[in-house]
Formats: sequence, structure tokens, C-alpha cells
Amino acid sequence: MTTFDTLHDDIAADAIRRTQGRRSRVASTLRRVPPGLALSWFILATVFLWAVAPSLFTGYNPLEGVGGAQLKRPSAEHLLGTDALGRDLYARIVHGAVHSLTGAFVAVGLGLIVGTGLGVVAGSVRRRFDDAIMRLVDVFLSIPPLLLSLSIIILLGFGTVNAAIAVGVTSVAGFARLARAEVVRVRRSDYVEAAFGSGGTFASVLWRHILPNSLTSVLAFASLQFGSAVLQISTLGFLGYGAPPPTPEWGLLIAEGRNYISTAWWLTTAPGVVVVLVVLAANRVSQSFGKTAA
Amino acid sequence: MTVIPQQVSPVLEVEGLCIAYGDGTAERRAVHDVSFSINPGEVVALVGESGSGKTTTAQSIIGLLAANGRVERGSIKLNGTDIARWTDRQLETVRGARISLVPQDPGNSLNPVKTIGAQVGEIFRIHGALRPDGIDDRVISLLARVGLSEPALRARQYPHELSGGMRQRVLIAIAIALKPQLIIADEPTSALDVTVQKRILDLIDELRAEYGTAVLLVTHDLSVAADRADRIVVLKDGRIQEQGAASVVLAAPRSPYTRQLLAAAPSFASAVSRPGASWAASGVHDDIVVVDGLVREFAGEGKSRFRAVDDLSFRVRRGSTHAIVGESGSGKTTTIRSIVGFDKPTAGRIEIDGTDLSRLVGEDLRQFRRKIQFVYQNPYGSLDPRQSILQIVAEPLLNFSRLKRSDREEKARAILSRVGLPEDAVARRPHALSGGQRQRVAIARALVLDPQVLVLDEAVSALDVSVQARILALLQELQSDLGLTYLFVSHDLAVVRQISDTVSVLRDGRLVDGGVVSDVFEHPSGDYTRELINAIPGQGPRAAA
Repeated sequence: MTTFDTLHDDIAADAIRRTQGRRSRVASTLRRVPPGLALSWFILATVFLWAVAPSLFTGYNPLEGVGGAQLKRPSAEHLLGTDALGRDLYARIVHGAVHSLTGAFVAVGLGLIVGTGLGVVAGSVRRRFDDAIMRLVDVFLSIPPLLLSLSIIILLGFGTVNAAIAVGVTSVAGFARLARAEVVRVRRSDYVEAAFGSGGTFASVLWRHILPNSLTSVLAFASLQFGSAVLQISTLGFLGYGAPPPTPEWGLLIAEGRNYISTAWWLTTAPGVVVVLVVLAANRVSQSFGKTAA
Repeated sequence: MTVIPQQVSPVLEVEGLCIAYGDGTAERRAVHDVSFSINPGEVVALVGESGSGKTTTAQSIIGLLAANGRVERGSIKLNGTDIARWTDRQLETVRGARISLVPQDPGNSLNPVKTIGAQVGEIFRIHGALRPDGIDDRVISLLARVGLSEPALRARQYPHELSGGMRQRVLIAIAIALKPQLIIADEPTSALDVTVQKRILDLIDELRAEYGTAVLLVTHDLSVAADRADRIVVLKDGRIQEQGAASVVLAAPRSPYTRQLLAAAPSFASAVSRPGASWAASGVHDDIVVVDGLVREFAGEGKSRFRAVDDLSFRVRRGSTHAIVGESGSGKTTTIRSIVGFDKPTAGRIEIDGTDLSRLVGEDLRQFRRKIQFVYQNPYGSLDPRQSILQIVAEPLLNFSRLKRSDREEKARAILSRVGLPEDAVARRPHALSGGQRQRVAIARALVLDPQVLVLDEAVSALDVSVQARILALLQELQSDLGLTYLFVSHDLAVVRQISDTVSVLRDGRLVDGGVVSDVFEHPSGDYTRELINAIPGQGPRAAA
């Protein structure tokens, strides 16, 4: 019924009406975006701009303090107050975005590429290799993530990128499990067998059919992981395993502010709230991916 | 229950029923001004193709429309009381007790975590019809009544331990438990094998005679309606095309749509002599498919091995159609999967156009696939949802030839127009096409490599009868134009009789009958073949009357 209707409509409608229809459809889709989702995208976009062009948002230097302006309360001059060395906290959060975001991107990228790669291979090769890969993944899953990342940092050394790699490794197992499950599901479908039947080689079928059809939920999982990677990198920064001071990394900001929590509450609260908002926004956006995919 | 003589007032009267579905902004009317009535003890068949509104009508009677559906106008009178606008709470007193439903899919309609006994007993508990200690006995006698062997054991079993036909019997047991006045049977047998279908329909008939229950039989299959119904209501696009006594509608259809349906239904088509007689007479042995002693075993529980195909042999001549017939579990799918090289047989020899399949591996097997192509049963699952139609059909060419992109697309377009797909459909994705159009795409993909053998696995059984007739006509036309050989797998003997030259009847992996179609159909040598042929709907006593 519906198929026939759309067919019929398309034949009947002339080209101009069709483009008009499309334009109004885009407008109505925009109008239908839920406010929470719009806000989430806005938060992520802002944080992204902070990372790309921090100087657009603040004129203060994040690393050098202003003499005589230590531990000032939030005011018109210093939006979020200043820290013990007189550095503007807002400037430090804005400049810190690049560290947290690159960290999260590297972590998710690593998990996505290595994890999905392992999962796709495990899902499509023969039983024995599949078992070997998945038992390795099970071992990874059984180690507490924080312990695993701390051990990796101790092996690799301190620093933003190393912390990101450590976080990325902990998410490999999750990506691998999800990707394998999806590949196994897609592999069983008739159209994959049909592709082999029409002479497809293993590589071409994998590339043309299995990958595109199994990656939707993997991508949704990646954006979910982005939020948790921001959180984990901040955790490592807080524990002193991330970027060394005076880098304005968010976790480190919270850790430094901890010493003044009774006198200067804003030093821990502001970066904490930013981390929470970014994680929530990433989760909301990832959820919307899942919805449209289903 | 005593039958009321004379002034028979109908159990159900539907008058001027209009039902619309809303999708957010607009409402679309699915049922237009439908009126019919059912007398006590009568079987009325609601016949139509998918999208005709037959299921919507049936659901509205029992108040189970989808959440976005709404009765716009009209009345549904049960024993004179209009129930069309009753609330769910009011309807609960009627559902199960006075009207009951036998749902379409026995696989999904039972709760997998409850025993059969608990599910049948539930209806007594809900309606408080029996004292709790009497329920178990009643359930067991009910299960025995619907013809389940060892009813006490069945009551303790879970749905997955029962076959499809047994589950459908359980659903019927639930439906008749409180001796309702009306049973709505929504495609009660379309998911079942033909012999099981016959037994289930016989059971419904028998119970109707015994209890005097009226039956509203919703079906797409005109031949089932012809066998079982007193009166037939033909629906199309939510409108009644024609209604009347079954014999009258079938013998002298007034509406052109009914005539079209009758013409499309394979069981009503007279056996046509296929124009393939030339090869039969010539005596030259040109067998393109040779299957010899095929055995396929699967590992069973423990050390036991399960034989899905057991010593099967047959030959197919070039340019002819060979049908493989059998019920589910007869090994027909395993056989053809071996023939196209998706599965390795345990023993036996398969030769396609002189190539022995068992020795082929890797690149040789890939090259061999040009000769033999496969069309799947389900056109919804066999096309990649992310590719456009053109990509789907051009892909086999990409695998085998070094043609330029434009040449590939030109060839794909040519074959798509050959199978009768509209020009503007090639850029669409599969979800924007109907089932019949998708199956045309699947056929086009199979033909684009110019294969010699086409294997069709139940290729038309998921389609509406008129679409099915058009696809079969297309297949015959392609065969005579391109000299193709078909291996046609089906459970539908009426279709088989219509399009094939030779046939193999399988049961439990063994060949029980085989040969030229007309011989097998007119002089079946095995009991099983005879049973299969007798189970074809559309030749029952009512249709003959």
C-alpha cells in the first residue's frame, strides 16, 4: 500500500514540487528535534569550538596568573573566578577542552578501529580464530578498566596521549564484542549469502555488505564511549596520571581545586559541571543515533 | 446448545464499517464501508490480498486494532448489541467467551516461558469459568479434543517442544475453550505445510459442526475459502468487491477482481500442457543437472548423526523445469544448497553442466557460480537494504567482468526492464519496493550473469496470489526466451503442476516419487504423494458442489 502510494506520488509530482517538498521536509525535521537533543548538540559544538579556537572565547592566559588576583570569586571580570595562582578559571577550562577532547577522540578512535577490527575479523573467520580472539577479549573485559589504564600508563609514561591510549585500550573489548555480534547477525542474512552466490570474494562481500550493515550500532556505541572517555581521562588526570601541571586538563583542574574546596568551591565545581554536561550531551546524542538506526 | 430453528438472527452483523489509521498528522482510511453478517454455525471467508483490509476488519471485531487505528463509522453488532465503541474493559467480557481469535502465526502467539497447560488454563481463570481444581482436567480433555496425542504430557511441555501444527492446535483449543459463538481465524494455516493445513482446517470444520460455532475465516487463499466457506466476502483496498454464497461466487464471479483472483489461483487453473514436449520426444540425453546418491548428514545430539538428505538421485534436462516438492524438514532446502555449492554433501555426486561440484574449491567454485544462480524465498531478506536496486543488480557483473561502470549499469538496466521493473525504480532502495517488485529484482540479479540454471527456493510462496501469477508468467517467458533450466523448490503442488516438467517428491530426505509431472499427479505411486495431492485446497466438496 504505502509503497504503491510513494511510487505513485513520485510519478505524479513534477521536479519542482519534489524539491519544495524536500525543503519543507528538512524544515519540519528540524522543528521536530527534541529540545534536549538540540541542547546536547549545542554543548558539544561549543566545547569543540573551545578546543579549536580558544582565543575567541577568552582573552586571559590559562598558564600565567595575574598578581594580586588569587582565589577571586566569580565576577564580571573573572567569569568563573580565579585559582590559587591568580589564573582565570574560565580561560583554563576553555583551553583545557583541547586536551580532554583530543584525549577522548584518540581513545575512542583507538577503541573503534582496533576493537571493531578484531570484532569483524572474529565474526567472519573460522571458528578457531574466532574463539582465540574472543577469549582474549574476555580477558580484557575481566580486568577493571581503571586498573588496566593505570598499568598501561605506568608502562608507557605520563602524558595526555598516553592517557588517551590507556583509556582507548579499555574500550577495545566492548567494541570487539558489539562488532562481532553485529557481523554474526548480518552474516546470517540471505543477502550476504546471495552476494557470495553471485560470485563475491570474501573481501568484497565484507566491504560491500557486512561492514556497512553492521556499523550503525557500533557508531552509536562510539559516541556513547566518547562521553565515558572524557570521564575516564578526567579521572586519570585527577589521580595525577594524565597530563602534568600546569596543563589545564579538566581532571587536573578538579584535583587542584580540591585543596581549596572549603574556601573556593568554584574551583572544583565549574570543571566538574563541564565534564558532567559533556558526558550527558554525548550520551543523549548517541541515544538519538540508536533511535534513527532502529 | 440447541440450534434455534427458523428466525435465525445473525451472530455478527457488521454495517458500514470504516476504519482509519493515523500516522501523526494525516489519517488514511484502510476499510471503506464494509458490511456483512454471519449466521450461527456458518463459515464466512474474508478473502483479499495483503493490504486489502481483511485483517484490519477482523481485528476491529474483537477490539484489537493497532493503537493508531480507529473505527470512524459503522456498527459491529454481536447478537444485536453494538460493540464497535466498547472500551477494553467491556470487551474483556466478550473476548474469549463469545468471540475468540485463532491468530496467524503459531510460532509467536504462545508465551515461550509458560507451559501449554498453563496457557490453556488461563482462559478459564480469566473468565472464572471453572473452579481452580477442575481446570487441569478440563485442559487435558480440551487438548485431547483438538487431536493432540498424549494430552497430559503436552500440558506440561513448553511451546518450543511442539511442532507448528501442534501449536496451532493449542491455539484452537484456547479459542474453543469457552464454546464461543464466533471464532475469528486469521490466516490460521498459512504458516503450515499443506497436509497439516488440511488437518487443521478439518479440525475447525469438525468443531464448528459439533458446537454450532460460527467462523470468520480470514485468508488470502481463495482455494482455502472455496473448500471451507459457506459464504465468501472478497475485499480489495478496503472495499467489498463481491459477497455471496461460495458456490455462486466461484462459479459466476460478478466482480472483475474476483475473476482475476480466480484466474491467478494455481489450484483453479486447469493443468496446462507445457510446451516443453520437444525434448521429451527427441530422446537425446542432455542432462544439465545430475544428482547421484546425494547424502547430507548433520551432527545430532551426542554421537548420533541426523540424515537430512538420504541417497537422493535425479536428473534435469537442459531447458526444462524440475520441481522439488516436500514439506518442511523433508530436506529440499539442504538439497538445493548443495547443488548451488553453499553446502558440501557428506557423500554423493552433483554434476552441473559436466562439472563435478565436489572437487571445486576457492576460485574454481567462484567461477562455477556464473552457471547456476539462486533466488531466495524471502525477497525482504535477500536484498541488501543499503544498496540501490541498480547496485544490487550490477554487483554480480562487478565480481566477474572488467566491464566499465557505464557498461555494467547499462546491462543492469536492460535486465531490470526485461523483468518488468519500472524505469524509475532503479535508483530506489529495496524498502521502497513491493514484495513482487523485490522478487523481480532478485530474479534480475540472478539473470544478469547469463546463468544456465536458476534455482528458485519457494520463490513465489511469500507473494500474493495475483503477484505470484505474474512472477510465474515472467519465469515461463524468460525460460522460453533464454533457454534457462529451472530447479523449482516448492511446497505448493498446485504451482508445481502449473510450471514444471518433472518433479521429485521428498519425504524425510528420501525420494518417494519422481518423474514427469503429469504422471506423478495422475498416477501417484506412493501414499505420501497421494496424501499431498489430496491436501491441495480448492478441490474439496464445497468447491465441487
